[in-house]
Amino acid sequence: MSSDAITIAGVAKRYAIGREHHTTNFRESILSMLGGPLRRLRRLGGHDSGETTEFWALNDVSFDVHVGDVVGIIGPNGAGKSTLLKILSRITPPTKGYIELDGRVSSLLEVGTGFHPELTGRENIFLNGAILGMLREEIRRKFDAIVAFAELDKFIDTPVKHYSSGMYVRLAFSVAAHLEPEILIIDEVLSVGDLHFRNRCLGRMRDMRDEGRTVLFVSHDLTSVRQLCNRAVLLIGGRVDTDGDPDGVTRRYEQMNRDPSSRDGGSAERVHPPPHFHFRRVELRNQSGAVTRHFDAGDVMEIHLWSNERASENSYTVEFKLLNEADETISFGSANPVRATYYTADQQHYVCPLTEGAYSFSFTARVWNEERWDFWEKAIGFDIDRCDLFKTGHSVTGDHNGPFVIQQEWL
Amino acid sequence: MAHSIQRKLRIEPAGSWQGLPLTELWRYRELLYFFVWRDIKVRYKQTVLGAMWAIIQPVTTTLLFTVFFGRLGGLSKQVSGSYPLFVYVGLSLWTFYSNALSLAANSLVGSSHLISKVYFPRLLIPIAAIFSGLVDFAIAFAFLLVLMPVYHVAPAPQILLLPLFVLGTIVVAAAAGTLFSALIVSYRDFRYVITFVIQIWLFATPVLYTLDIIPAKWRLLYGLNPMVGMIVGFRNSVLGGPLPGDLIALAFTGAAVLLVLALRYFTIVERRFADVI
Repeated sequence: MSSDAITIAGVAKRYAIGREHHTTNFRESILSMLGGPLRRLRRLGGHDSGETTEFWALNDVSFDVHVGDVVGIIGPNGAGKSTLLKILSRITPPTKGYIELDGRVSSLLEVGTGFHPELTGRENIFLNGAILGMLREEIRRKFDAIVAFAELDKFIDTPVKHYSSGMYVRLAFSVAAHLEPEILIIDEVLSVGDLHFRNRCLGRMRDMRDEGRTVLFVSHDLTSVRQLCNRAVLLIGGRVDTDGDPDGVTRRYEQMNRDPSSRDGGSAERVHPPPHFHFRRVELRNQSGAVTRHFDAGDVMEIHLWSNERASENSYTVEFKLLNEADETISFGSANPVRATYYTADQQHYVCPLTEGAYSFSFTARVWNEERWDFWEKAIGFDIDRCDLFKTGHSVTGDHNGPFVIQQEWL
Repeated sequence: MAHSIQRKLRIEPAGSWQGLPLTELWRYRELLYFFVWRDIKVRYKQTVLGAMWAIIQPVTTTLLFTVFFGRLGGLSKQVSGSYPLFVYVGLSLWTFYSNALSLAANSLVGSSHLISKVYFPRLLIPIAAIFSGLVDFAIAFAFLLVLMPVYHVAPAPQILLLPLFVLGTIVVAAAAGTLFSALIVSYRDFRYVITFVIQIWLFATPVLYTLDIIPAKWRLLYGLNPMVGMIVGFRNSVLGGPLPGDLIALAFTGAAVLLVLALRYFTIVERRFADVI
């Protein structure tokens, strides 16, 4: 019989932003209280400033999780994965909709929550266990197993501030691994750390799955989602994009990452921009001005970049990073454009000396050394289809020859 | 697991006041214990003198007040017995109160990491801050029991009522502490407000002076400060002396009203903490 362990019904979460920070200042609050009626009048009079003061981190998200399901939640940064986790973990309430959880829930947004550096390993096991919802009696019963699992018996009465980071994580994970929930909600933070640690985390999750527990697993690591989960949910821009078999869903996500042009035919639109100044759209054009994602080495490339509004001050820069297929930054460029909403980085500078392969650009707008307005990660991808700058008739590929070709003349 | 007894859990948008989640608080009682235990352990681990500070603080303040208010200010003339002892008794409870209030008020902001990573009733944090101060108070009080024979003061029979006033002080501290802790999460300004609220509050409470200097017509208005009844009640149960029924009744009523208001405000805003902290 498969009944529902988790029911998520029409969940939406709105964040009010547009103020400088998340924290409110008492004066602002009083001023806005006093200013409220005035603003309302202005709005009636059509003088609304139109500035964005809210955004929906999640919008009408609904799905059910059956008992014993292991569901992987995937999606790009800002898709709402963390917000969904926080709502499921009761850390923040939804703005709309509701969630029903049927069963004992443990949620792990990180390991070692509440660890205190001054306390010993032993003391932290009790503290952390209690924070994760274990009873003292339960912790006492599992204490030896936790210490053994962490392989820390010698250091158990040493303050954890003297632990190496590896020991710290081992102890923290060991406590978490001894939870026995019916529903486990777990964040990808667990998959950081060294390979050995990741494997242990995944191994423990596999055990939980085999024990018939329900697991909701947020991850960037598509391989572990495919290995562990029997279902995956892809979130994009706060909505459920795809929900179903992990192979299909992760493949779709990979596809979207690799080639956003498959959706919009050449110009990348922003899925989830920050509220204020942000990049809106980017296009790559070739020498003849045609929008394309395909270039040959030595071609001229124009980057056309649009922002939503004019920059509020002059001393800002627009920067780009060029990334290779492995997402390593291989080049950097920067400009101080005039205050405009449209930029081109044209011709000469972007003659591509790149070897064959897939590349992408990330863009940043910032006031140097101060605030970063926008960072658009992997905004647009493109391919270098052919690299034969030496006219040898043979391709120069990135795998063997590095990312760049340097023009040279032998005497 | 502590919060496991409840099988079906429904998570809904933050609405109006749902009442105090008493059953849930009870389920999390062990976590409260662990928070208190942690605070006490950590406090003494990081200090060289450890528990001595619980005595040093009120003793130093007593000496300062004795010199400046008692001698130079002439307040000691109004006190029938020894002025230093008089001040120390009041200060032992007041020090607990002001430390508890200040710790509780800043406790939520200090636990922002926990609040953004794990769920538990947020009320546990300021409450734990208050209970953890009780150890210091017990030490300061033990020192008082040492001082009394030195000053040739024998405990009066009213000393049996003493726990009542300690309890009352805990209630006032819990009420003001939870209220300020929630306010500080939303408005950091209250961090500064709380420090001088505590300073002003000390002078609005008969710690350094006797109740007699308050004119009779202001007496009840003055007594609206619940710490008036608590301090007078506490001191007179230790040193012997009349227990002013009107002020004590007013103090307990005030404490209860303040507690209800504070808890109400706290439980309305607590679900937003993670979003604004």
